[in-house]
Amino acid sequence: MADQLTIRETAAPAVGVRVPSANIYAPQWRNFVFVAPFLFFFTTLLIFPLFWGMWLSVHKADTFSTGRFVGLDNYVRLFHDKVFLQSVWNTFYFVLLTVPTLALIGLFLALCLNRRTRTAAVLRTLFFSSSVLSVTIVTLIWRIVYIPNVGLLSTIYGWFGATAPAFISDPSLAMIGIAIATIWWCIGLPMMLFLSALQQIPQDIYEAAALDNANRWQTLRSITLPSIKRTFILVIIIQIVLQFQLFGQAWLMTRGGPNNLTKPIVLYIYDTAFRRWDLGMGAAASEMLFVLILIAAMAQYLVTRNKGDQA
Amino acid sequence: MSAPATSIKGRAFGDRVLLALVILLSIIMIAPVLWVIGLSLKENAELMANPNSVFHAPYTLKNYINTIGTSSVFRWVLNSIVVSGGLTLATLILSSLAGYGFARLNFPGRNILFVIVLFGLAVPEQAVLVARHQIFSMLKFHNTYHGLILPGLSASFGVFLMTQYFRAIPKELDEAAMLDNAGRFKIFWKVLLPLTVPAQATLGIFTFLGAWNDYFWPLISATKKDMFTLTVGMASTQTNFAQSEGIGFLMAQAVFAGAPILIIYLFFQKYIVTAVSGAAVR
Repeated sequence: MADQLTIRETAAPAVGVRVPSANIYAPQWRNFVFVAPFLFFFTTLLIFPLFWGMWLSVHKADTFSTGRFVGLDNYVRLFHDKVFLQSVWNTFYFVLLTVPTLALIGLFLALCLNRRTRTAAVLRTLFFSSSVLSVTIVTLIWRIVYIPNVGLLSTIYGWFGATAPAFISDPSLAMIGIAIATIWWCIGLPMMLFLSALQQIPQDIYEAAALDNANRWQTLRSITLPSIKRTFILVIIIQIVLQFQLFGQAWLMTRGGPNNLTKPIVLYIYDTAFRRWDLGMGAAASEMLFVLILIAAMAQYLVTRNKGDQA
Repeated sequence: MSAPATSIKGRAFGDRVLLALVILLSIIMIAPVLWVIGLSLKENAELMANPNSVFHAPYTLKNYINTIGTSSVFRWVLNSIVVSGGLTLATLILSSLAGYGFARLNFPGRNILFVIVLFGLAVPEQAVLVARHQIFSMLKFHNTYHGLILPGLSASFGVFLMTQYFRAIPKELDEAAMLDNAGRFKIFWKVLLPLTVPAQATLGIFTFLGAWNDYFWPLISATKKDMFTLTVGMASTQTNFAQSEGIGFLMAQAVFAGAPILIIYLFFQKYIVTAVSGAAVR
């Protein structure tokens, strides 16, 4: 895009006759007024807080003052805090539980529902519908599934005279319980991304394969999957970035318990900064999260950029 | 099911296995919601005695009447409408102006500014949250509508989307208008903006939905019950959940809060899917 613009800008004066157009594309300060309103909010509410947060992370700060400069002290305390290290591990564990599952179920659904039938359209609508709900509603629904006695799970187990696994209170199952609720909530997006990738595969390749008597498995393995390889990586990265930010589900379903075993990094930030009001350390923890997410975002950028080279 | 695949006999069995799996997944999607709706229609005492009573009468609307009777819920819905509506309107205005500016006009430093705005896409909310909270404390912005709306105005996605959209409109349109001596704002307002309605709808719905469902910022900024959004307010009533008192009431609240969004989704499905996938891929 940028290249095209440059070509146009340099070519316009060469034409010579179209003087008005030549002026239009010359840089002018007054054109700045169109972007100024957005840039004002962007600078004051994103760029400034971004640097202010870095500044805070090297200070002993509370709500109203920046306090004294403590250097890397907050970071040192952070890496000696067992709860923080636990929360980093928890976050990675949660990402590991959710991201591959989301990608595989999403791909499976996309492959099955990539048809022009009414049933497929209804099912696509169904599988995406949970994505529009707020985290409060999703956690309310899933707590009522897991809760002993009146829960859906314990009722179903009750029919067979069995006891349902305690997804919220059992230390080894709590994170899995949160992961299941999250997969239920987030499955729509990977499915839709795979569907749009599948629709871009040229139909004539499949026709050629059918002429060669390729069976379904062969077609899937040698045509479909290679064509959507890039989307698969993209889905994985997008989901890593999203699931790294786990907060609401853990906060509302388990409060991070039992024993901090479901406390993710964002909940650690929330606890430190907004419940213990240690803003400096909270800021330091959020810088760590920022770095982790930035790495994933960089990977996404690299994958997206390569699109042009292949096509 | 008139898919061409069924015409080949060997595939029938495989199709049935896949169908069974898809049906199983659909049940997992629907069952929890049906369960919630079922519980919301039951008397609490009866549920405590026997959860299987969900499957038979008597049903009651008592829980819904109690939900609506709780005055706070209406206040929270109103807050959510003001915050989400205000943010959506402001985002559409800011993004359209900036999108036009970046796509069509030239000014000193344009390219580098656009790269910085794109970089904004990679900054997660959590990286700026602590500092933002402190700044808003100093300005006494917490527990106000503008305190809830302002952070959303710094999101770059709208600008990115609108810039892409304006770039796709043929430049000949502007040039023709310019020959008629129309000013830049007039070209933006009269010629180009009407062409961007689909992008406005996509961005508008996406912004509204995101603001409506936002949880983290309202949780730390709105600490007074009167300023809760629906999401935060609903979460605040769940605290006595462990004793499983008033489960039917909680479920009625969930249905009350979730149903409008689901109905909107059914009507604007196409835009919502486009917006959400677009925001993810960027």
